[in-house]
Amino acid sequence: MTQYLLSVYQPDGPIPEPEVMSRIERDVNAVNAEMRSAGVWVFSEGLMPPSSATVLRPAHGEVLLTDGPFAEGKEHLGGFTIVDVPDLDAALEWGRRVALATTLPIEVRPFAG
Amino acid sequence: MDEAAVAREFREQYGRAVSVLYRSLGDLDRAEDAVQEAFAVAVERWPRDGVPAPAGWIITTARRRAIDRLRREAVGRGKERESELLRQLTAEPPESSDDIPDDRLRLIFTCCHPALSPEARVALTLRLLGGLTTAEVARAFLVPEPTMAQRISRAKAKIRDARIPYRIPSSGDLPARLGSVLSVLYLVFSEGYAASAGDRLVREELCDEAIRLARALHSLLPDEEEVIGLLALLLLVDARRAARVDAAGALIPLPEQDRTLWNTALIAEGHALVRACLLRGRPGPFQLQAAIQAVHDDATTAGDTDWRQIVALYDQLLRASPTPVVALNRAVAVAEVDRPEAGLAAIEPLREELAGFYLLHGIRAGLLLQAGRGEEAADEYGVAASLCGSEPERAFLLRRRDAVTGGPAAGGSAAGGSAAG
Repeated sequence: MTQYLLSVYQPDGPIPEPEVMSRIERDVNAVNAEMRSAGVWVFSEGLMPPSSATVLRPAHGEVLLTDGPFAEGKEHLGGFTIVDVPDLDAALEWGRRVALATTLPIEVRPFAG
Repeated sequence: MDEAAVAREFREQYGRAVSVLYRSLGDLDRAEDAVQEAFAVAVERWPRDGVPAPAGWIITTARRRAIDRLRREAVGRGKERESELLRQLTAEPPESSDDIPDDRLRLIFTCCHPALSPEARVALTLRLLGGLTTAEVARAFLVPEPTMAQRISRAKAKIRDARIPYRIPSSGDLPARLGSVLSVLYLVFSEGYAASAGDRLVREELCDEAIRLARALHSLLPDEEEVIGLLALLLLVDARRAARVDAAGALIPLPEQDRTLWNTALIAEGHALVRACLLRGRPGPFQLQAAIQAVHDDATTAGDTDWRQIVALYDQLLRASPTPVVALNRAVAVAEVDRPEAGLAAIEPLREELAGFYLLHGIRAGLLLQAGRGEEAADEYGVAASLCGSEPERAFLLRRRDAVTGGPAAGGSAAGGSAAG
């Protein structure tokens, strides 16, 4: 079995209307429940907005602390799920369901080891 | 048997040998290395001892070489993976000569996995299944060899690291996954038939390779209509290869080809395949394209072409595969049935989306000329030539333009629509 990280990429800017959000949450919860009952679920959680992030950088033995996300872009990591499945096809199938539930692009990437 | 003959036989068996070795070894590089080593042994022995049943000999020899190599590598600490692999390999019963496995179908689906980039799918398919060297694949696609080597090794690394499975997709996934395989073979053929760049119009080696792989796929999946359709399409188009280029390497468009040069055996085979698949009543895009080419190949002269039938097939194809390029080809047929103006009207809504596609301009130029709008036609030929990457096709378009304007190289017929033959 291999663990895969399914990252949700979310556009910067305002989040959808409450009724849209509640439908997304319902769909995402349903996929998570399916993952659990299939025995592939390892972890899954959304993240607070990138404005809540702090970056630490090592420099000359010190660590510099700065406000904000590591990289500014048009999208940011909105949350992620970890699944434990036999191969990429299985990971892609779960990723497909997460993409449909979140209505957002998903990056599927294997863990090393 | 000389070394070249051994090399030919090896290439014939390469994909199958790699497919079987990959299943045992779980590593594409190891599988390829083992088959290469078997080749080195064959070059030495076959000319001296005669040729055995090649598939079984190569697989058995490659397996022995892989085991030898693992024995050398599995020595010492931290070599548990190699030791385990070695244990599994030596425990496998040797295949008997009449039971030689064939895992090519799995390998095709792995090479054409949608998680790989389209360029990587093509390169891997030619390398692993076609047995082309990296240098040959690089030459075929006019990229430097180190670039191609990197593309192939990255794709292999992704297969390994992301664990792209080695299996035939389940029946539910098969149509979509097969679509990816068929696209790869079609792309190899198209690049061979109308090279998108360079000074040669046709790269025979790519056409031949695509047909060889399509035949192999058809033998492995004989009941898939679209596989039959693809093979038929390639044969029916390839049948015109000899008529498509003149002695100087210049393009001859379909209406002007000497049809006595067409390969009647390939046409007959293509026709039989088209009939066989259409009878099953599940026409897909490749079957419909094959049917269109079959109608072209049926006509003894360009004037005999049943364009109404072709328009009807394009209507069906447009429903199955609603792309602007299909609509563009349909417009050519519409112009033949109706008038050039009708073709131009059908092209009008495609102009923006296909603005960068040389064939849109080439086809439009031909239709404008037929409609008596010479000046606009000359401009469109110029645009088409500036967008075209293939030297022979560019020269053809410029000759057409000069024929319209009475420019430097006047000559040749000014009629004719599509530059695609």
